[in-house]
Amino acid sequence: MGMGEVKETESYRERIARRAALEVEDGMIINLGIGIPTLVADFIPADKRVMFHAENGILGTGPSPAKGEENAMLCNAGGFPVTLATGASFFDSATAFAIIRRGLLDMTILGVLEVSQNGDIANWIVPGKRVPGMGGAMELAQKAKKVMVVTTHLDKNGRSKIVRECSLPLTATKAADLIITDMAVMEVMPDGLYLREVMYPYSVADVIGATEAELKMDGEVGVFR
Amino acid sequence: MTNRFEKVVSLSEALTHFHDGMTLLAGGFGGVGNPPTLIQGILDRGVRDLTLISNDTAFPHIGIGKLVTEKRVKKVIASHIGSNPNAGAQMTAGDLEVEFCPQGILAERVRAGGVGLGGILSDVGIGTIAEKGKQKVVLDGKEYLLETPLTAEVAIVHAKKADRFGNLVFDTSARNFNPLVAMAGDITIVEADEIVEVGMIDPEEIVTPGVFVNFIVQSEGVNWQWAWEK
Repeated sequence: MGMGEVKETESYRERIARRAALEVEDGMIINLGIGIPTLVADFIPADKRVMFHAENGILGTGPSPAKGEENAMLCNAGGFPVTLATGASFFDSATAFAIIRRGLLDMTILGVLEVSQNGDIANWIVPGKRVPGMGGAMELAQKAKKVMVVTTHLDKNGRSKIVRECSLPLTATKAADLIITDMAVMEVMPDGLYLREVMYPYSVADVIGATEAELKMDGEVGVFR
Repeated sequence: MTNRFEKVVSLSEALTHFHDGMTLLAGGFGGVGNPPTLIQGILDRGVRDLTLISNDTAFPHIGIGKLVTEKRVKKVIASHIGSNPNAGAQMTAGDLEVEFCPQGILAERVRAGGVGLGGILSDVGIGTIAEKGKQKVVLDGKEYLLETPLTAEVAIVHAKKADRFGNLVFDTSARNFNPLVAMAGDITIVEADEIVEVGMIDPEEIVTPGVFVNFIVQSEGVNWQWAWEK
């Protein structure tokens, strides 16, 4: 299927993050999950001012501090030291989730184990194997205005993570709006999952062949390079 | 009755309130905001069979993660245990009971306990296994889960600054669950980095009013290495 054929300086993770960053609009309040979502911050152009929300009680996290300048008490939800952006604020966990439940997050960007063609998300438990807990993922997936999934298209056993129906316990139902993988950009619409773009050098046929979910198309499918 | 104007006690005095089989609420998030000196005291005192209510189980050698690693906990109510592999291993082995709760709902359940409410209604987790065993309530045609309040015999809190009345200020993101936990203990014990006289903290600056606090101990500081320091 061509996985790994592209030899470039940009990793697939960076390419996903670069594509995801195009969805960010000036003035947005955004929560980034751990992993590829964290990379998205690096690709947001300086003329777009955004505020990053952290579940542990910060609105306005900035980049990682220089080594030796960390404040051990000032961390993101992943437990890593951060700096503050201009206009940042601190609050308790109830307020952190008030922001989420009240619908004040314009976008959440998160990783998944599975995402289904109607937008169901599974990302918190593999029963009997990996049981980390849901953390704040249920609120984020259920309540953010726009839920963007960034993930590899296939799991490490080569199975499609984009599925007709999730087999793992759900994080939230009908939650995902846009799915960006190393192979494609897909949009969840009321009548199904639409293929919007393929990631160069994959073809539409490559993506359909690698996807367990039913992929619909209307109009031209773009190519993201 | 606690003298409301003199709540500062020695660590050993504070530790007399801990016993085997007790329920314990702990502030903190990924270890940040877990009170290090009180946790060390609980370990040294040999307290076991704890029911621990906290956002997470921190890391194996950080904060309340140590209580799990040292097998002092029989049940945990948390949103996340992924950063402490010992918690997962003990759960798989059947040695640790884990009740997962979505993070914001856990915060609200602790808050509900702390502010004297009988429960809260929320739609978070509907359509997932998080709704299992919860009563459903339909209000104005919309379905909610009834979430129950959480309190504990003792709540432990880490503050940046406390005055002798118990008015508290927190340190940046170490605030997290601490102000909620501070309200929800039958006995609330605060570990503070700095203890000052009453009147020395600007009332506008106070996050937790001292009326919720029973005892204050002087922090001896963080006694672990953070995961990012390695």
